[in-house]
This record gives sequence, C-alpha cells and structure tokens, in this order.
Amino acid sequence: MSEERSGWSGHLAWMGVGVLGAFALATVALARGEAVSALWMVVAAICVYLIGYRYYSLFIAKRVLGLDARRLTPAYKYNDGLDFVPTHKSVLFGHHFAAIAGAGPLVGPVLAAQMGYLPGLLWILAGVVFAGAVQDFIVLFISTRRDGRSLGDLIKQEMGPVPGVIALFGAFMIMIIILAVLALIVVKALTDSPWGTFTVAATIPVALFMGIYLRFLRPGRIGEVSVIGFVLLMLAIVGGQWVHESPTWSPLFSLDGKTLTWLLIGYGFVAASIPVWLLLAPRDYLSTFLKIGTIIALAIGILIVSPTLKMPALTQFAQGGGPVWAGSLFPFLFITIACGAVSGFHSLISSGTTPKMLENETHARFIGYGGMLAESFVAVMALVAASCIDPGVYFAMNSPAALVGANADAVAQTLSSWGFVITPEMLTQTASDVGEKTILARAGGAPTLAVGMAYILHQVVGGKALMAFWYHFAILFEALFILTAVDAGTRAGRFMLQDLLGAFVPALKRTESLPANVLATGLCVATWGYFLYQGVIDPLGGINTLWPLFGISNQMLAAVALMLGTVVLFKMKKDRYAWVTILPSIWLLACTLTAGYLKMFSADPKVGFLAHADKFSQALADGKLLAPAKTPLAMERIVFNDRLDAALCGLFIFVVVSVLLYSVKSVLAARAASQPTAREAAFELAPAGAQGA
Amino acid sequence: MGTPGRKLSEDVGRAGQYLVQSLRLMVGVPDYGAYLRHMAATHPDQAPMSYEDFFRNRLDARYGGKGRIGRCC
Repeated sequence: MSEERSGWSGHLAWMGVGVLGAFALATVALARGEAVSALWMVVAAICVYLIGYRYYSLFIAKRVLGLDARRLTPAYKYNDGLDFVPTHKSVLFGHHFAAIAGAGPLVGPVLAAQMGYLPGLLWILAGVVFAGAVQDFIVLFISTRRDGRSLGDLIKQEMGPVPGVIALFGAFMIMIIILAVLALIVVKALTDSPWGTFTVAATIPVALFMGIYLRFLRPGRIGEVSVIGFVLLMLAIVGGQWVHESPTWSPLFSLDGKTLTWLLIGYGFVAASIPVWLLLAPRDYLSTFLKIGTIIALAIGILIVSPTLKMPALTQFAQGGGPVWAGSLFPFLFITIACGAVSGFHSLISSGTTPKMLENETHARFIGYGGMLAESFVAVMALVAASCIDPGVYFAMNSPAALVGANADAVAQTLSSWGFVITPEMLTQTASDVGEKTILARAGGAPTLAVGMAYILHQVVGGKALMAFWYHFAILFEALFILTAVDAGTRAGRFMLQDLLGAFVPALKRTESLPANVLATGLCVATWGYFLYQGVIDPLGGINTLWPLFGISNQMLAAVALMLGTVVLFKMKKDRYAWVTILPSIWLLACTLTAGYLKMFSADPKVGFLAHADKFSQALADGKLLAPAKTPLAMERIVFNDRLDAALCGLFIFVVVSVLLYSVKSVLAARAASQPTAREAAFELAPAGAQGA
Repeated sequence: MGTPGRKLSEDVGRAGQYLVQSLRLMVGVPDYGAYLRHMAATHPDQAPMSYEDFFRNRLDARYGGKGRIGRCC
C-alpha cells in the first residue's frame, strides 16, 4: 500500500486534512444563529473518517492485530465457489456495506436531532472511529482467523459455552425488539396516509410478480427483473397520488395505527411462511438496490443543494426533557444513536458471510473498519436531512400529541412558546406539499427523514411539483427494507426458537414439519407483534419506549463483541494494546448499564418504567383513569407492559454483566498463561497469487 | 501492456465488472464464473450446477438458512 511508504511529505498532506477537518468542525460547532451550510458537516465527517482510517485503523491492523498478508484465509482454505469464495475487496466491500446499512443509521440520528445537531454529530464521529469501526474490524479479524465462525461460536470457543448461550439468547431478544420497533416506524409513517399505504401495499403484488418471473419465466435474471420491479414501484408511487386524490379510494387506504398493526402482524406471519422465492427474495433485491441508489442520490443531493442547517447546534433539550424521547444527554444520546456510531448487530454480520469471502486477511481493515465508516456517513446524512428542515416542523412531526396538542393550531402555539416559531399555516402547508393530510405526531424518524430528503432532492430534480413524489419515494424506500427485515427476521427468529424449544420438545426442532413451523412462526410474530401493539397505543408515541430498549440492547451486544475482542487480544498476548477494545467496552458498559438502570428505576415516570407503572397503579387504586386509558382494564395493561419492559431491561443487564464476568475470568486466565492461548486455526501459507494484499 | 487508451478502457471494463459482481453479491449471488472455474480446477470429475440450479442453491442458502442473520436493521 502506498500509504505505508509515504514519508514526511505524506504526513504533511494528512496534516492539511486534519486542519481542514478541525476548521469544518469548528464552523458547525461554534455556529450561533448565523446560517451554516450542511456541507461543513459533511467535510468535517469525511476528514475525521480519512484520518481515523489512515492512522488509527492502520495502527490496529499492524500493531494490535498484526494482520498477515501471507496467511491463508478461509475463502481459499474451504473454497467451494458458493459460501467460501475469495472475493475482490471492492466487491466484498459493497456486499458488506449492503448487509450492515439499514434503517438504524437513518432513524437514530433523526431522533437525536432534538438536542440539536452537534451532540449527535460528535457522538457519531467519535463513536465510529473509536468503537463502532473497531468492533466491526476486530470481529471480522477474529472470525477470519477461526474459519469464518459466527459470533455465538466465537464466544463459546474463547470464553466457554455458558456465555455463548447467554449471548445468543440476548441476540434473539434484540431481534424481537428490532422487529417491533421497525414495524412501529412503518405504522407511524403510514397512519392515515392513503398515498403511503397504497404505495407500500403495492410492493407486495410487485414482488410476487417478480418472484414468479424469476422462478418460471426467466430463472435467475436478477438485473432484468429488478429493473422491471423498479419501474413498477415508480408507477405505484404515481398511483398512490391518484389514490390520495380520489374520493372513493382514499378512505379505503386511510388506516389507523391499530388496523395497520394487525395488517402488519398478519403480513409478517404469511410472508414468513410462504416460500422465499415468492416474496422475500424479490423484495430483497428491490430494497437492497433501492437502498444503495437512494444513499448515493442523497449524497449527491446534499453536495449539489448544500442545504443550510436550520436546527440549532444545541437546543434547550440537550439538558434533557425533550419531547421526542425522554432523558438526559448522558446516557440516552449514546443509546439513541446506535447504528452509525457503534452497532452490536454488526458483530453478527462481521462473523457471518463476509469472513468467508475475504481474499486476504489485510483486507479486513478496508472492509471492516472502512465499511463501518461508510455506514457512519449514512448516519451523518440522516442528521443533515433532519437538521435542514425547519425545527418547528421537526418538533411537530416528532412530538407526541399528548405533549404538544393534536391539531395544527395547538401544536404551533406550543412549539412557538418553546422558541421554535412556527405558524399553523406552515404546518398544513408542509403537509400538503408532501401530499399528506397531516404531518403531526409522526415520530419514528422515517417521515422526518422523508421530509428532509424531499426538501433536498426536489431542489435537484423536479422542483416543488415533485416534492410529494420524493417524500413518498423516501417513505417507500424505508418501508421496503423494513418489511424485508421484518420478514427475514421473523424467519431467522423462527429457526432460533425451534432450536431453543427443540431442547425440550424434540418434535419442534424439525424445520420441515408444518405444524412445528407454524407454531414457531406464530410465536415469533406474536412476540414482536405484542411489543408493536404496545408501542402503537402508547400515548407518548411508542418510539419513546421501544427505541431506548432497542438502543440499550444493541449497544450491549456491541459491548459483548468488544469484550470478546479484549479476551482475544489478551489471549494473543497483546496486553499492551488491549486498551483499543477495553476503552470502548467501558464506555458502552457505562452508557448501557446507566441507561438500563434509569429505564428501570428512575423516579421520573417519563424515563423509568417502574415509576410509570406506579403512577398508573396508584391512580387505579384511587379509582382514577389516566389518559390514554379509558377503562380500568387498559390501565392494568399499561402497568403490566411497564413492568414487562422493566423486566426486559433487567434481562439485558443480566446478559451483559454475565458476559463481563466471564470476560474478566478469561482475561485473568490468559494473563496467567505463559504462552498465547488464542484458539486460531493453524497458520497456513496463502497461495502466491493471494498474498498481494 | 498496450496503449494508454486501451488500458483505460480495460480498467473501466473491469470496474464495471466489479460493480455488477458486487451488486449481485449484495443479494447473495456470488460470481457464477468463479464457481465454474473452481469446479473445473478442483472437481473436474463432477458436473457443475447449471446457472439456474446455482441461483436456486444460493437463494435457499441466503433466505432458508438456519437462523442466520444476514443483514442489519
């Protein structure tokens, strides 16, 4: 690589990058009232990524891990042309990026923007360089040196069977929460939106058609069928406008949250039960390609339009007490933005298909560390999109009606009293610009991002006339890959559950048995459906409850992965470099354990689940009803749900603390040993052609 | 090596190839040519799968897997 050879002149050029980055960061950080272009945010981010990649990831690659270009990778060792295939590093980068980038980096930063753009930006940049990218890189490295094994196997192998099972169980619970929160985002985006609902519903027949085309008419022609599918999707967006304007069809697709919830639950059950080629695979093609295309389009859009940041660098809610989600900056900002800064889920991907295709061990730096930097950039773009719309519109969309009022007049009045001056006309105008009846109380990130994207993209293509088109394009793009995730996640959860239940009832383990399948799928759908329904009827918007649970669990998984990295570093006798994983582990443990504790025991009923439960059970005892409950039964349900959520927090804390104890034990054992004890696959020399790094 | 113009068009061609390969790999379909080369080199006695069978095999591996999580949120 040329960068190793560069001498002082090279370092001087990098110093220039550093100065530019520092200047850009200072420009966005010190802005007080004057108009600042979002490009400064982009420049600051790119400079930080470049320097982090050039220096820190190189340090990790050479000193900490000691990547060895001569070492045979699993892709060569087990080459079968199918799962294990040596793959060019740019090709594999695309694959890895598409697997890690999803709805997460788009939603978290939007929610975090309630504190102003600065806290979120700083956390995204610091988090990715020192925690997120490190985690992805190290897990990829560990798995590559162990024949491409999965995270659960790696933990089992390096720490013992008990922490392995605990971590896998934790991963299953995280998945349930993720599915619920993703489905909730779709519900929030489609409630009373005939245009959006029609467009998203139309993706089902489009995908079915594609599936049949790909199976029987032109087998395996992915490119061709994806183009056809894309054209049909665009027609669905146009058709959605027609539905939106039609007095007969519009009411048919105007659904409330509860109806949408039941439809989604039913959809999830059916979609996870029918053959994969019919619905899941074709929609996955559409959602993957649309995701990549939209991310590139958004990047180009931001460069061309160079929107002005309208959100202040810091709002008064940086102190806590914000309407979008409750709680103070520490620890809650750091669990609200998970994906984009550090995401534990990536450890499952980095120990999934990617290590089986790594051509050379040294590529782990570009793919693991670099791939995460690319995802982080998606998060920065989401933050730009959320910060370039009017703050009044932002808070109107993301605040629950229980806090700011249910109609444009009330909302405008409340928000203006907070200092985000907005008129009711502006709110109704924005709604009509994007082809919706209302934009109020659409928490969840997706609709806000869609407004931001429409705001940017309509200035590039189409002008005002296409703003509504772009809004629904953005909604469609998010809903599409969320539905794919719901479908694929339900399937993955079903297999996990069958494995788990099979330990007690062997008959349930048979994945080809129809009753066993239906039962496991039903249980899986019922579990995430339960949390989804609870979120939909939550007066504070549901996101307020579910997103922290998701953030806590996801960051805890990241802590688990980084603790695995620490154990492996000690076992490799790299004690002096173990701070590379120890510091981010400590930070994540501090954030997640504090957040978990506060979500359980905080005296503020907006933050603490148990305090909220007490408030409702006290009222129940006094014979009073608190909104939104209209019956004592509903009150009891709220109390029960609060206690369930608190128990879930406790469970996550148990998982992470027990893995911590096992890690400490393994580290002590490794330090006591006089030899390296890491259980790597034996060193074999790579073929000469594969050593080119 | 050839003329610079030819080199450039070769580079562009290769970049295009990588792009297509990457897009296909994103949805779980690795390079069929690489599979054929692998089969010819290491299992010349076995008949390789046709592209259609190869495609089905990869589809089942990606989506029918045993509880594997192939993507992030």
